[in-house]
Amino acid sequence: MLSIKDLHAEVDGKTILKGLSLEINAGEVHAIMGPNGSGKSTLGHVLSGRPGYEITGGSVEFMGKDIFEMETEERAHLGLFLAFQYPVEIPGVSNMEFLKAAVDAVRESRDEEAFDTVSFMRKAREACTAVDLDQAFLKRGVNEGFSGGEKKRNELMQMMLLEPKLCILDETDSGLDIDALQVVAKGVNTMRAEDRAFLLVTHYQRLLDYIEPDYVHVLADGRIVKSGDKSLALELEEKGYGWLEVEVA
Amino acid sequence: MSQEQIDKAIAKDYAAGFTTEIESDTLPPGLNEDTVRFISAKKNEPEWMLEWRLEAFRVWREMDVPEWAHVHYPEINFQDISYYSQPKSMEDRPQSLDEVDPELLATYEKLGIPLHEQEVLAGVAVDVVFDSVSVATTFREKLAEAGVLFCSISEAVHAYPDLVRKYLGSVVPRKDNFYAALNSAVFSDGSFVYIPKGVRCPMELSTYFRINEANTGQFERTLIVADEGSHVSYLEGCTAPMRDENQLHAAVVELVAMDDAEIKYSTVQNWYPGDAEGKGGIYNFVTKRGLAHTNAKISWTQVETGSAVTWKYPSCILRGDNSVGEFYSVALTNNMQQADTGTKMIHLGKNTRSTIISKGISAGKSSNAYRGLVRVGPAAKGARNYTQCDSLLIGDKCAAHTFPYIESKNPTGIVEHEATTSKVSDDQLYLCQQRGLDPEKAVSMIVNGFCKEVFKELPMEFAVEAGKLLEVSLEGSVG
Repeated sequence: MLSIKDLHAEVDGKTILKGLSLEINAGEVHAIMGPNGSGKSTLGHVLSGRPGYEITGGSVEFMGKDIFEMETEERAHLGLFLAFQYPVEIPGVSNMEFLKAAVDAVRESRDEEAFDTVSFMRKAREACTAVDLDQAFLKRGVNEGFSGGEKKRNELMQMMLLEPKLCILDETDSGLDIDALQVVAKGVNTMRAEDRAFLLVTHYQRLLDYIEPDYVHVLADGRIVKSGDKSLALELEEKGYGWLEVEVA
Repeated sequence: MSQEQIDKAIAKDYAAGFTTEIESDTLPPGLNEDTVRFISAKKNEPEWMLEWRLEAFRVWREMDVPEWAHVHYPEINFQDISYYSQPKSMEDRPQSLDEVDPELLATYEKLGIPLHEQEVLAGVAVDVVFDSVSVATTFREKLAEAGVLFCSISEAVHAYPDLVRKYLGSVVPRKDNFYAALNSAVFSDGSFVYIPKGVRCPMELSTYFRINEANTGQFERTLIVADEGSHVSYLEGCTAPMRDENQLHAAVVELVAMDDAEIKYSTVQNWYPGDAEGKGGIYNFVTKRGLAHTNAKISWTQVETGSAVTWKYPSCILRGDNSVGEFYSVALTNNMQQADTGTKMIHLGKNTRSTIISKGISAGKSSNAYRGLVRVGPAAKGARNYTQCDSLLIGDKCAAHTFPYIESKNPTGIVEHEATTSKVSDDQLYLCQQRGLDPEKAVSMIVNGFCKEVFKELPMEFAVEAGKLLEVSLEGSVG
């Protein structure tokens, strides 16, 4: 589904990714861990096409297509979703309005018919309940005055409604209390499917107690320095990242 | 023979002379007393109306073009303008929509304007006259039942001379400003509304005019009088783009709300803004003002997206005690457009209240200025004003300005002013695009959210159209 080969990328003229390679197949859950400044978040934004993130080498294929030729929204239409670490507010635009517009746009790109308002509202309410947000959030401005945890759950709700192929969660667990963490984990676990893959970017092993990954990768200085299964995450939890850097050096 | 009598005699001769001698339907460029007499004679106006126009002309001649607004345009030569032209005849009009500028049709399509209405707006020679006359008749019957007078101002001059003489120029005097004086001298047509005591107008005065207003010309004159305890909602303009050969538009709107009356006046202005380089486009210099008596309420709501240059300050004179004034505005400028718009709230009576919510959106290389005056007079004990003035910038080549003027002559008055300036941020756009929205759709959604407080003041069907209108007006502002 996703094939990253020798990816190099810069942000503001500074090289962040230095030859990253990664293969993700449908149905898999991958976790990317690593110390601060290793390039974890950059990877998500490079894949989704954030302005200002420049590709200087390598290639990325998603769903069999070279995505560097595509606009951000075209990648989204193809099924790429990024749950933001810090989602911005859009004052005055109601969550419901935003969700409907987004789902309509994605469905239109696939030549699927738009949902009528009533059935969409039903779906949105279900998603709202699934992420444990009050229905009132559908009427509020997008992320407007939401707490950190509410924003994260709102991201998850969008992910559920958009039904993407590849879900990238950028430190969705950071700043969440244990209850919220479980809500997020439950949401992700219900969405796990044969034709869907997940890329979890995280600092802590904690999230992986609830979402069991198939693969764990350690990112350091812009490259994947070690890959393994779930046990690698536990090892990291115990030893920290220091020993890996020594091993690489 | 007194001078007055001589003047009258001359006036009559000229008027008669002109109607017989000139067969043409369009006056050659130029403005002098004869032009005014010609216009008046064309409309078969009574003597008093002609005199009123002539006095306005004399005042106008002594006045200077106002230059204080934050707009720049080449000097207008008022002698280069033709002040009277008959609407195009059926033979001269496009015979079907196939002959109409496809770009214009594309815009109508985007705005979702029904086909038969597109034909009317584009000036196609279809037999809508019959249609609209019958529609108009139904409306008129309904209005007449309620005792509401609603007709063109030209018609009112003949049918209700007492009302017109009493109120015309009573809120915006002829000598008020340069463009008001010009309008008073040469006004082409417009509408007249009178709501009798205690009557609640049974319909929005809108649907009817949407069809009929198209040909009111460049110097529109509107007079609305709401008698004691009455209520009326009036809707002006159209979301469809209006093309017009006349570059200069100078309208005057006067509202009179007697004791306990309420007038709600909503405008959507979408005159041709000129091309992306700023060529062509309408200069829109408008004077709108309402006078509120005791316990009366006047509410202005405007959505301004058109014109190359806009100069417009719908205002309220809160003369009566406890009277209320409101101003809700969305002004959007794109490309090379310039707008200097806002309001004046003049608090004269005790416990008068006013609210100003202004949303300015600048895109492209445009310039958007809010200019507002809040004045609390010495007798306006307990007057209150709240002003909220927000600007939104799209891109980095546009400008937003705020010029608030606050004058308080009564220590018990409370005046609040809040202002914000924000940008459509790259992060907001990125979030929207990541969710699958293209940048244009994203910007229009963000802008609509920004304007929500004003849109909710618009009559229901208009609010939806206004949203679409912003979307169309913002095309090409990103990327």
